[in-house]
Amino acid sequence: MCGIVGLYLKNPALEPQLGKLFEPMLEAMTDRGPDSAGFAIYGDEVADGWVKLTLQAASDDYDFKALVGALEGKLAASLDWFQNASAIVLKIKAEEAAVRSALAELAPDVRIMSAGKSIEILKGMGLPKEISERFGLGSMKGSHIIGHTRMATESAVTMEGSHPFSTGADLCLVHNGSLSNHFRLRQELRREGIQFDTENDTEVAAGYLAWRLQQGDSLKTALDSSLEALDGFFTFAIGTRNGFAVIRDPIACKPAILAETDDYVAMASEYQALSSLPGIEKAKVWEPVPATMYIWERESAQGART
Amino acid sequence: MSEKTTPVLRESATFDRLTIQEIQRAAETGIYDIRGGGTKRKLPHFDDLLLLGASVSRYPLEGYREKCGTDVILGNRFAKKPIHLKIPVTIAGMSFGALSANAKEALGRGATIAGTSTTTGDGGMTPEERGQSQHLVYQYLPSRYGMNPDDLRKADAIEIVLGQGAKPGGGGMLLGMKVTERVAGMRTLPIGVDQRSACRHPDWTGPDDLAIKIAEIREITDWEKPIYVKIGASRPYYDVKLAVKAGADVIVLDGMQGGTAATQEVFIEHVGIPILPAIPQAVQALQEMGMHRKVQLIVSGGIRNGADVAKAMALGADAVAIGTAALIALGDNHPRLDDELKKIGSAAGFYDDWQNGRDPAGITTQDPELSKRLDPIEGGRRLANYLRVLVLEAQTMARACGKSHLHNLDPEDLVALTVESAAMARVPLAGTTWIPGSQY
Amino acid sequence: MKTFDLGNTTVRDLNQALHDQAKTLEEREWLVTHPDGAHNLAVGVNEAVSVDIQGHAGYYCAGMNQKASITVHGNVGVGCAENMMSGYVRVKGSASQAAGATAHGGLLVIEGDAGARCGISMKGIDIVVGGSIGHMSCFMGQAGRLVVCGDAGDALGDSLYETKIFVKGKVESLGSDCIEKEMRPEHIEELQALLNKAGFNEKASDFKRYGSARQLYNFKVDNACAY
Repeated sequence: MCGIVGLYLKNPALEPQLGKLFEPMLEAMTDRGPDSAGFAIYGDEVADGWVKLTLQAASDDYDFKALVGALEGKLAASLDWFQNASAIVLKIKAEEAAVRSALAELAPDVRIMSAGKSIEILKGMGLPKEISERFGLGSMKGSHIIGHTRMATESAVTMEGSHPFSTGADLCLVHNGSLSNHFRLRQELRREGIQFDTENDTEVAAGYLAWRLQQGDSLKTALDSSLEALDGFFTFAIGTRNGFAVIRDPIACKPAILAETDDYVAMASEYQALSSLPGIEKAKVWEPVPATMYIWERESAQGART
Repeated sequence: MSEKTTPVLRESATFDRLTIQEIQRAAETGIYDIRGGGTKRKLPHFDDLLLLGASVSRYPLEGYREKCGTDVILGNRFAKKPIHLKIPVTIAGMSFGALSANAKEALGRGATIAGTSTTTGDGGMTPEERGQSQHLVYQYLPSRYGMNPDDLRKADAIEIVLGQGAKPGGGGMLLGMKVTERVAGMRTLPIGVDQRSACRHPDWTGPDDLAIKIAEIREITDWEKPIYVKIGASRPYYDVKLAVKAGADVIVLDGMQGGTAATQEVFIEHVGIPILPAIPQAVQALQEMGMHRKVQLIVSGGIRNGADVAKAMALGADAVAIGTAALIALGDNHPRLDDELKKIGSAAGFYDDWQNGRDPAGITTQDPELSKRLDPIEGGRRLANYLRVLVLEAQTMARACGKSHLHNLDPEDLVALTVESAAMARVPLAGTTWIPGSQY
Repeated sequence: MKTFDLGNTTVRDLNQALHDQAKTLEEREWLVTHPDGAHNLAVGVNEAVSVDIQGHAGYYCAGMNQKASITVHGNVGVGCAENMMSGYVRVKGSASQAAGATAHGGLLVIEGDAGARCGISMKGIDIVVGGSIGHMSCFMGQAGRLVVCGDAGDALGDSLYETKIFVKGKVESLGSDCIEKEMRPEHIEELQALLNKAGFNEKASDFKRYGSARQLYNFKVDNACAY
């Protein structure tokens, strides 16, 4: 059980403050999720032909410099990277599959948290405040962000078990609730070639979505079919390259609240997570209806005008 | 064969006479079988564990003079007024409605004489029980029948019920013949209705919301009273951790042998786990969080004698609760009722149709004539006697193990007689160091 | 008039001060500022005081209220006025799920919308909603009256006992054992009095009445598919 939060900026002038606006939202959800926390932030897009990955190691003092050097040698590709606590953001001019393959060989114990053009996923064990401080959330810039605070239900409290879970390029999922049929579904998805690292029910939901998208479903079709395929109680927030989506199961016991102004759309498990946002007193505040997808997206990616 | 002999008949183990009877009953009525009590079939239980008494390497305590303490403090994690009981045996939640008013009063009287607590059930608090019970735990259930803040403030502790051992995941049930004018009035129901109860709480789902609900109850009662969380044994390792994270002061864990006044037979027999494998999971969860003994654990489900009490505490419980045993002490299923029970299709020692409300002992009934048969004062005396015996027996065994307090019993004092009980209780098979299945 | 600014005091202090009024009544009017969605505001009040909350409240606002008049100038979270026994709660904005859950008495008025499970297991409270209500509302409603000026979501009054439901707008679907019933003159009179008490400018004759068919009161085989 958990707290989920999301912030999508309609007004680009606020992008330098994304982290500053979001940090109190994440911390407000501490009581709902004291075990671990994480967030997926979007922005700083890489150019065509490039891919951005976030990698996380077990500790801060992992020798990423050596790994990056080895990767550069192996793939002979231009790259750029920076470290953030136990994670690095790696931008590389190569195909994602080639990079994954190389990393699997060079450093199988380093986890690939996300891949895409824009997304960066950072997560870890500890209170939300600790996670914010560890990764410097307050000073981050970007266009949109979703986050999660975790109270582990049936699977272990580990970094891998924390949300957001990546479901494909620039896609991620956070979940509040508890699924009841994830065991069987995980076995079926494994047979379809989806990989799992944990016993976590949310990882199964993320794997299901990733599978449907790989099969060619649109996000809407995939989410609609998840209402049938997934049994249990859930509020999902999904991060996409251009925005975010929210959906609740038909019984809708887990909470969800949305707020919209001219400057932003925000989402949270509880209103108090939204109360620090500028202009919230005048915002349109409402609850998403069950079994219905709500989505906010830019029409085109930054820099790619049509 | 040359002589006439009676052929030996062979019963099927799968389609035995009981099963045949049940299938035919279902075919005739079109409704599932409803009864009271807990799981009837044989399960690995405390009888499969033995205590290792003192010998050469360890020394026993003398009776009486060398004290074996029995008291327990419940709810000192957050509450201003924790509960201090003289004995670690409490009376489990049973509703007025399921039980007669006289029975609830008798339980209150007996518990108070013995220095322990009683618990209300799925129907609210009666003046009889509050009047007689020195320590009263007020249950907070999905149905919220009779729930009100005045009674909340009168209670000594509040027990938020997620489920009970007889039916984890199920709700309350009271059939029409027991929904009398008084019961209906307390529950805001039409008289004579077959009460359908919710299985989930109406205004919260999940431990993240439970944390806010526990905070609300604490706020309403000004942080005075301990908040218990009761769970039916199913996945206790996760449930205990989540209850602690949500803010529980005390966990009450009820195994599948735990009784109910009425529910579907299949639910009782096939959902939930026995108390034996549930306790070590719960204790492990508490220990991993550094909360063993800080959030107290009360276990129930088939506690019958002082040996059960001692063994449950050796496995790590802070206290136990009794339900069925308390009713039997009051007089349920007494041999002198045999003739009357035969008239209603049962017999002494077998009677479990508590849902019908025709109990000749006057305990699980709302019928005024039958209820009169249970004298609350006499019933209270009997219960107090039984509680005294439970505690004396437990003390005797604890002293034999060299313990000056019941809560000093620990798993090392136990061995198991069977592979199943060894694996479930996580103690070695007697004569070996083997704990089967120890990769958990 | 006593003001509690939750920006620099705690919810605990607020609730304790309100509870103390039941022992010694010192102040009848209370103002709470900067609630910012805090949970458990004004719970367990047991005195005829008036409390104005300036902003949005979180879960269980006015929970188990007795006698007090509590107004929220904003929205409320889950379980507003849950288990209220008496008194008056008014929400100027909208309410989240389980508004008025299991409440025994008093009047809850929601000017905006209410979420799912509005009036779940209600045991005597009167709930009047100016907007629409969500699905599974009045589930197992036992007593009291639920009035909805807007629409009602799926499965209204599922497993209903004796609560009376009045809806002016569209009902998405009716729950098990909930049926439309005739609006007789006594119902119109009763409903108009409730609407007036709630301060809504509505005509009772525009509403339809729903109640229990009472077919599930005692188990019959033929109703098995309703479960």
